Amino acid sequence: MPSKYMIHTKTVTNRFQPVSKSGIIAWEEGCLKCAVCVKKRCVYNVYDKRGIDSRHMIESIDNLCMNCYRCVQNCPKELIHKSLNPEFNAMGDSHWSPPIIVRLWNQSQTGKIPVSGAGYPGPFSGPGFDSMWTDMSEIVRPTRDGIHGREYISTAVDMGKTPEHLMFNGSDTLEGEVPSIIDIPLPIILKMPSFGTISPNTIKGWAMGARRLGTLIALPMEKIDSALEDMGGCLMPLVLPRGTSIGNIPKNAKIIEIPWTEEWQGVVEDIKGYIPNLFVSVRIPMAEGMEEKALSLARGGISIIHLEGSSMSRFMDDNTRNLKDGIRLVHMKLVEENIRDGVTLLASGGLAMAEHVAKAIICGADTVFVDFPILIALECRMCRRCTKGLSCPVEIDTASPGWVASRVVNLIGAWHNQLIEVMGAMGIRDARRLRGEVGRAMFFEDMDRAAFESMGQVEEGCELE
Amino acid sequence: MSNPNVFQFPEAVRTRSRFRNPIGKFRVNRTGDCIACGKCVEICPYGVHVKRRGQVFVENNYLCLGTGCPEPCYKACPVQALSVRRNPVFDTLGDFRWTNELLAGTWYMAEFGERPLAGLEYKVGNSGGGFDKLRLIFKGTRSCLEDITDDDIDVSLELNRRDDNAHRIRIEIPVYGGGMSYGSVSVTTMVSRARAAAALGTFSCTGEGGYPDELKPYDDHMITQVATGLFGVKEETIQRVKIVEFKYAQGAKPGLGGHLLGDKVTPGVARMREAVVGYPLFSPFPFHSVYSVEDHKKHVDWIKAINPKALVSVKVSTPTDVDMVAVGSYYAGAHIIHLDGSYGGTGAAPDIAKKNIAMPIEYAVPKVHRFLQEEGVRDKMTVIASGGIRTPHDVAKIIALGADGVCIGTADLVALECVRCQNCESGRGCARGIATTDPELSELMNIEWGTQRIINMYLAWLRELIRILKKLGMKSIKELVGRTDCLIHLDYM
Repeated sequence: MPSKYMIHTKTVTNRFQPVSKSGIIAWEEGCLKCAVCVKKRCVYNVYDKRGIDSRHMIESIDNLCMNCYRCVQNCPKELIHKSLNPEFNAMGDSHWSPPIIVRLWNQSQTGKIPVSGAGYPGPFSGPGFDSMWTDMSEIVRPTRDGIHGREYISTAVDMGKTPEHLMFNGSDTLEGEVPSIIDIPLPIILKMPSFGTISPNTIKGWAMGARRLGTLIALPMEKIDSALEDMGGCLMPLVLPRGTSIGNIPKNAKIIEIPWTEEWQGVVEDIKGYIPNLFVSVRIPMAEGMEEKALSLARGGISIIHLEGSSMSRFMDDNTRNLKDGIRLVHMKLVEENIRDGVTLLASGGLAMAEHVAKAIICGADTVFVDFPILIALECRMCRRCTKGLSCPVEIDTASPGWVASRVVNLIGAWHNQLIEVMGAMGIRDARRLRGEVGRAMFFEDMDRAAFESMGQVEEGCELE
Repeated sequence: MSNPNVFQFPEAVRTRSRFRNPIGKFRVNRTGDCIACGKCVEICPYGVHVKRRGQVFVENNYLCLGTGCPEPCYKACPVQALSVRRNPVFDTLGDFRWTNELLAGTWYMAEFGERPLAGLEYKVGNSGGGFDKLRLIFKGTRSCLEDITDDDIDVSLELNRRDDNAHRIRIEIPVYGGGMSYGSVSVTTMVSRARAAAALGTFSCTGEGGYPDELKPYDDHMITQVATGLFGVKEETIQRVKIVEFKYAQGAKPGLGGHLLGDKVTPGVARMREAVVGYPLFSPFPFHSVYSVEDHKKHVDWIKAINPKALVSVKVSTPTDVDMVAVGSYYAGAHIIHLDGSYGGTGAAPDIAKKNIAMPIEYAVPKVHRFLQEEGVRDKMTVIASGGIRTPHDVAKIIALGADGVCIGTADLVALECVRCQNCESGRGCARGIATTDPELSELMNIEWGTQRIINMYLAWLRELIRILKKLGMKSIKELVGRTDCLIHLDYM
């Protein structure tokens, strides 16, 4: 058993005021100037914390209010109101939704898993990963108690080709060469997002974060400068075939990635000729024909395949098909062709919450890439102003590498604990055994039809209620 | 004519909000042009306007039907001093499950003991699936029971369906109160729930946090919960009651233990749980003594040895093999299998667990119902569903899917004016004095008020259930069990 993997988190303050869902509106007109104003009686001392004279009736949109509505409901002249903050709902898009963004901010600030009271308030199901539930064990199957440290749950995964079996010679020593693997302590690789106001400091912070987590960060070759020289071990350079010079690959890098090309064999040969022990991952777009591409790579001896979906967690060529289904297709194809254990399947594309990691693995990925969450960890609001050449409202490029690293470590620390929660509930102690465990998951399309399909007959003259 | 043999339910007594300004869907504005003629007071049957000392005020905004009002005051006002608009505060309330309309509808039921007036959606939420896509279907050809009095419609439920020596227990409505521990809610909340249960001929449950002395007068209407932490479980608390509930898991955090934050471990809580003040308490998962149905049977036998007449309920969550768990509980000797789905829960739980782990209750109930039927033991077990039952319509729907009755928790709290701010777990606990052990915050509510609010809500549910059964042409709620033909799912129409 490896030594216990822990991610040390500590609160890292925000640099900017977060956008909150609702604000408080208070009118001065008609105020009775009560001796004990309801504002003074706030259980959370919100009005005092704001540092403004509570006798003044002013509008305030901030995230201190805990929504207990006591001031709203007790003001004798009904002068205090809450209203929705339009800026909140305008954040992000349908995939990177405001609640997801806020939750990522909180985790990056505190390093703690999101906890709340009063049950689950969200929709019944939704697209993609929201249409599956994970299993838990009960009575006849034990769970594992990982989160409170009573049992060790390993999230470590390997990348590379594991041997199908071991051979020993007469003197009980291992026969032949054991292929080397890269092992990382959690099934998450950081990846530089495709947009953002990103400075060399930001990249350095991400790399420092990856090093502290013991994982890798994938980033374009041209972004690797001298500041990252000593961090080659945690970099995963994305190399363009025959574009950048192979000679620029950092000496201590263990792995690089190239995009799919029909001539991949030649490219890989060139690279291996230069650095023989380098792992090469080949990235294929999640799109029509991906199963055949994955199969040809696996049969051709490529041990790491990266399946890349869109930033909205969909297929690259079809917005109606979800990442989860793409992972399942490729995984099953490799299983059917008896070659699944010969390759490591990496998946990327819009993974936005900790549960997406667990679910992507259940669908058949070994490890996943996390990209935009490491930008949102830095208070990004997904406003996309940067893509239009406009300034960043939270000045991400000015953040120091240390702050960036700590925010990312907090976020991934919280995700790691949530992965352990999901695995513990299932009774699974090893992330490698979670891969492809669809039998321990429940899918909306199957469950809903089984339960409700028969309930569609409406005769003439019936009343529904 | 009322039947003298039927249970006499308590009367609904109007019980107003604890707060000065109840939140409603609309706001009425009166300008200085008002001549205090009193026309609006006269015309509004809901009491929105009041006349006092020659002046007219808008006193009950929350009762206004707004634009849906058949005879609106603002049209009748001779000087156009009145206007009505949607209340912006209303739109900041609620979520997909408990929409602002469901919250306001439940508050109305808890105040008046009746279903809300027109204009409030009190039957379904906005989750986009399950209950919120299911509708009861009333076929015109079914016999109409209009002439039968409400008293002749039987909504009671026998909880012991095994032919054994344990108590025969009939609850008068197919609903009882789910476990909420001392620690997670205040004693006032617990006692209010227990008193309401006693008045309504049903039960309430201690949750895992001990049996406060204040509950002793209601022993015959309490369920002692035995959960994995065994907090506050003593032989005496098992012997005192008629029903003992094993909590194997809870829907809000399936596969995970309970967690009471240190802030909530006050001296009183610590004494009850035999723990240390200010330190968080973890209830482990699972029962570390249960890894098989045989182990499970030992647990049930243990309770039966201590209290031979007790009914044993087994509360489980909803894994893929929930049907096997249910049949295993039958063979272990349990009387009640209580399936807890994942939208419920009142205490703190990780969001990832609430949302993702285990299946929705609407899938689990028909699965268990069918499996127990195939095993030939369905009529020996009482199936109780919980975790997201918000309305009388949810009760009817889940019974039609195969449950015998339901267990509720959050709805009780909403009756006590919970706004679902989700901060039950933070700091001193609930700012509205419901889910807290903070002495000052607990003072915000008194037991008489709490009891009557809960009774009123149950009475409104009872009336709705009776109305639904009559429309379905059924004289007993038992006829509805498993009648999926009484349901329509909008996605499969």
